[in-house]
Amino acid sequence: MKHEFIEKNAGLLAIFIIIAISFGGLAQIVPLLFQKETNEPVDTLRPYTALEMEGRDIYIREGCSVCHSQMIRPFRAETERYGHYSVAGEGVWEHPFLWGSKRTGPDLARVGQRYSDAWHEIHLLNPRDVVPQSNMPGFPWLAENQLTGEDTARKLEIFKNNFGVPYTEQDIAGAKAAVVGKTEMQALIAYLQSLGHAFR
Amino acid sequence: MTLFWTIWITVITLFVIIGCALLLRATSKNNTGVEEGKPMPHSFDGIQELNNPLPKWWVGLFWFTIVIGLLYSLAFPSYTANWNGLLDWTSSEQSVMSPEESNTLAETSHSQYQREMNAADQKFGAVFKQLAYDEKGIYKDIALIAKDPEAVKVGQRLFLQNCAQCHGSDARGSTGFPNLADNDWLYGGEPENIKQSLMLGRQGVMPSWKEILGEQGIKEVATYALQLSGRRVNVVEAEAGAARYIMCAACHGAEGGGSHTLGAPNLTDTIWLYGASRKAVEDTIRNGRNGVMPAWGDVLGEDKVHLISAFVYSLSQPK
Repeated sequence: MKHEFIEKNAGLLAIFIIIAISFGGLAQIVPLLFQKETNEPVDTLRPYTALEMEGRDIYIREGCSVCHSQMIRPFRAETERYGHYSVAGEGVWEHPFLWGSKRTGPDLARVGQRYSDAWHEIHLLNPRDVVPQSNMPGFPWLAENQLTGEDTARKLEIFKNNFGVPYTEQDIAGAKAAVVGKTEMQALIAYLQSLGHAFR
Repeated sequence: MTLFWTIWITVITLFVIIGCALLLRATSKNNTGVEEGKPMPHSFDGIQELNNPLPKWWVGLFWFTIVIGLLYSLAFPSYTANWNGLLDWTSSEQSVMSPEESNTLAETSHSQYQREMNAADQKFGAVFKQLAYDEKGIYKDIALIAKDPEAVKVGQRLFLQNCAQCHGSDARGSTGFPNLADNDWLYGGEPENIKQSLMLGRQGVMPSWKEILGEQGIKEVATYALQLSGRRVNVVEAEAGAARYIMCAACHGAEGGGSHTLGAPNLTDTIWLYGASRKAVEDTIRNGRNGVMPAWGDVLGEDKVHLISAFVYSLSQPK
């Protein structure tokens, strides 16, 4: 084909450009979609409970992942502070994943069980009560808003049917009862305390 | 990784690299029929194109990147997951399925991450060892370490990094988080108790007495508790509270002295973890409390915990 012909047909040129830049993705990303390491959960991974699932949605709603990453890289400077580096098998049931890309606050991939529930509550109401130099905003409304559990069962169902997360019929049937009347604060703390449970 | 994917990656990668080389060679030749530097037989909007060759330095750079690309893909892990490249380099063990597997692999691994960890362990681990162990290789007595200013300083650093979020940078705690410098202890202040609190964590359980005592009962028991700590209270109410205190005595002791085994606080002193106001004491009785100290043994390792224990112990010792 003549060089001139490609240059004079912008649509054709665009198609060739797309083909050219797709090679990198085809070689680097596509094989990962089919690997054991990236598709199989690690041995100790368990699905989020109904309350933790609600907490996760609150984490997303409040934009926590804008300032907090959930991805510990394999450097000593990170693992000394946060714990074992993250591995792909921990995140296979994360939809969407919340790795984040910016750390205004610390990484939260393994924050679970590092602080007491009481600490988290004080910290979420007003972070400066426990960390004087913190610039994290307070989230006092979380303690007031109560969960209705309207969509909880549906959420678990979607994760089970679309993403293969092994929820039982029992989990789904009891989802609403497990969260109704709980505050958003309790849900978010339950979620935070579950983070990193598979590699502790 | 199956053979299919190895072939997939190899074919695409080599196709792109070799394709770039062929494309570069083809476009370097002058096959326009026009002499170099002379005008091409076309113009766009009155702009005349000259048949100038690609700049030499640019072509040179292109060849350079092609060669480097080939060498790079051979030097580092690339075409298949089971091959670490000619440099035998790997970043870290990415395919571990459990922390145990990770620990096992770490012993023999020479990944970049593990080399970094080993180097740090040689440098800093030796310092921790020297401060925490005696010459026979067993842990020094914590009370002894607490007298070594250098060890206490190391312990303090570790405390500031890991413990200050709850207990404060001065270790004097706040509402709900125990003061560690006042020589009053929920779970005992002997070095062993402190170390155990750090290694395994603690779970405080003060149940809620709302159902059993009722509002009047809560008020009376709170009054009695305040009287135990030496406050002036309504004596009639305190007496009624004392009668109900029998249930409390199981943990807090008949005299209100508390129990280190159960983590039940001493009620006869003036230290109140959740506040000394009548309201705070009533809230504690009404709703219960669940003070949790997280376990740090697995996170920090015993050597560091040993040194932090010594620092914490030193705080309440006379200087």
